[in-house]
Amino acid sequence: MPKGIAVDNRGRLKERAAMSDTNLLLTITVVVFFILYLYAIVFLGGSFAKPQNFLNILNNNASLIVLSCGMSIVMITGGIDISVGGVTCLVCMVSAVNLERQGGNLFTVILIGLGIGLAFGVVQGFLVAHLGIQPFIISLAGMFFAKGMTTIVSKEPVRVTNEAFLAVKDTRVTVPGLGSYNKLNQYIPAYVEVGVIIALVVVVLLFCLLRWTRLGRAFYAVGGNNQSANMLGINVRRTKFLAHVLCSLLAGLGGILYFLHVGSGDVANAAGDEMNAIASSIIGGTLLTGGVGNIAGTFFGVLSLNTIKRIVASLGFDQAWWSNITVAAMLCLFLVIQSIVLLRKNKK
Amino acid sequence: MSTPVKNPETQVKRPDESLFKRLTRQQLFIPVAALVLLVLFNLIADPSFFTVSIKENSLGNPVLSGNIISVLDNASELVILAIGMTLVTASSGGQDISVGATMAIAGSVILRMVCGGQVTADTMQMNLLLAVFIGIVVTMCFGAFNGALVAYFNIQPMVATLIMYTAGRSIAAWINNNQLPIINDIGFKYAGTFLPGIPVPTPIFITILMIVIFWLVLKFTNLGLYTQSVGINPNSSRLNGINPQMVKLLTYVILGACVAIAGFIRVSRSGSINYSRIAENIEMDAILAVALGGNALSGGKFNIYGSILGAYVIQFLTTTLYKYEVPSTALPAYKAVVVILLVVLSAPVVREKLANMKKAPAKASKEVA
Repeated sequence: MPKGIAVDNRGRLKERAAMSDTNLLLTITVVVFFILYLYAIVFLGGSFAKPQNFLNILNNNASLIVLSCGMSIVMITGGIDISVGGVTCLVCMVSAVNLERQGGNLFTVILIGLGIGLAFGVVQGFLVAHLGIQPFIISLAGMFFAKGMTTIVSKEPVRVTNEAFLAVKDTRVTVPGLGSYNKLNQYIPAYVEVGVIIALVVVVLLFCLLRWTRLGRAFYAVGGNNQSANMLGINVRRTKFLAHVLCSLLAGLGGILYFLHVGSGDVANAAGDEMNAIASSIIGGTLLTGGVGNIAGTFFGVLSLNTIKRIVASLGFDQAWWSNITVAAMLCLFLVIQSIVLLRKNKK
Repeated sequence: MSTPVKNPETQVKRPDESLFKRLTRQQLFIPVAALVLLVLFNLIADPSFFTVSIKENSLGNPVLSGNIISVLDNASELVILAIGMTLVTASSGGQDISVGATMAIAGSVILRMVCGGQVTADTMQMNLLLAVFIGIVVTMCFGAFNGALVAYFNIQPMVATLIMYTAGRSIAAWINNNQLPIINDIGFKYAGTFLPGIPVPTPIFITILMIVIFWLVLKFTNLGLYTQSVGINPNSSRLNGINPQMVKLLTYVILGACVAIAGFIRVSRSGSINYSRIAENIEMDAILAVALGGNALSGGKFNIYGSILGAYVIQFLTTTLYKYEVPSTALPAYKAVVVILLVVLSAPVVREKLANMKKAPAKASKEVA
């Protein structure tokens, strides 16, 4: 995919063509998000203009943001991981049981989340990178395993009553300078939950990782072309392995954030989130063929996905099916745009 | 292209190799071995698993019942899907993950047709064959949509079909205005249960019919050859006068037809539909059936009989687990372990290592050959 590798004025190698694919798709995503949100503010008015309404998208999707970032990284290396939703669900359930029945605390919850994520990542990463099995099949089995284990741990929903946990769950961090007046003309400051701050930190860290570190560059190189990456001296297997470990670890973290948001363990938790994460990544400009993608784009992908869900709901199509159909239509639109853009570029 | 595809290496005679080693090289080794293991396990654990008895069903007809019959019966949808999925996998190097959702669409369309738009109907409002035909046409259109995205827009199959996966069940609900139509006409349920006077479940006959149709198609047309050639190298296929995009599109349309038949069997089992639950996770089972059958999920050569066998193995496993009272919600965990074991054992790297662990002379003869 990289057509021209240019040398900049300090003699460093720059991948021009490959990065510009990424940037082009990122630009499309960001522009579409702003058009969507402006449309919502202008035509649907009121509620969309309130800062809290925007922040609620973040509050409700902190875990999805983290999951999608992990998904993007695996997709950039040319793989896929559909076990993330299952891992999230399993982490929620085990954490809830731990807090309620085994006297756990916040520390053990974090340990459980990251531990489960790491375990899934190491097993899946090993099977994919070192045994050369298709990532789809392995993570499919991972998803089955995680969902089955969740029901084995507990079939009934487990609500958490641990006070220390609830205190963290209900902590609201007010955002200075943002807020709105309610009907009684009282000023209500806009807030975000703790999970959102963690998610945003993760986004920034991963953005830096992909852009400025050796490992981040290796992800792109491996996804762009396995063999040339190998010839450049990159350890392809290790890179793929690390991508899967990172993705599952982030899924574990996403599980903790999901748990912090809903405060219960339930078999139905995070249902379909693997598909939401894939959709967000694709809308954010990540290509499943690998080598192209951007964490910032993924972040905007999550926002776009949920903005359009809200727009559909507030247009009066409140039946659940409309939300799914519009998300699918949006996905279709983005895929076709990407495909046309890339086909045109390749023809030049 | 009816001959099972073999690894070219296996056709070279190597007399010094043990029979076991030659067996393990066969494509069908994994599914057959899995089936034999399952059968042995059931024989040892509880031989009554294999008893087939004749019971009276609710209509008073004598029908066959037993675990084996239920495996053959319940695997029908999966087998039909696996056939179509094999073709799609071979031509496009990817899988269609929307089959469960499009089955819901097919079921919804067929039920709406036979119910004539009412919520409940006691008699069919439309000729059943015509309704099924309309269902087939509708899902073929959805198949063509998926296929067009894959073939003409170069979108990865998994991602292209993610669209229908997300929207399919919603579209199915939309077709019937989110009502759940129920048909009480016994004639509608013949296809999913028993024909009067015949003790064997009808889905088994439909499955056999589908297998025969595909056997004939693969024997007398170039479909199999073209599909493999497109899957192996689309560019050289094009240079040889095959239209790779057309072939890919065609396989997706064929899968669409298979999906409609499977959806019809599923709704005619009960005469009703539940949009969010019908054929849940069946896409995963269908893909596993293809993989179990020894077909490369990255496309190219395929063996349709391997996939069919794989589908029966999966259903056999499911029925065995049910028999030992594994709750249906925990089933995926056990299935996942089995799947990982099978996939690891069939991974080329592992097979090579296992082969190398045995003595060196075999290796030397390989180099000579």
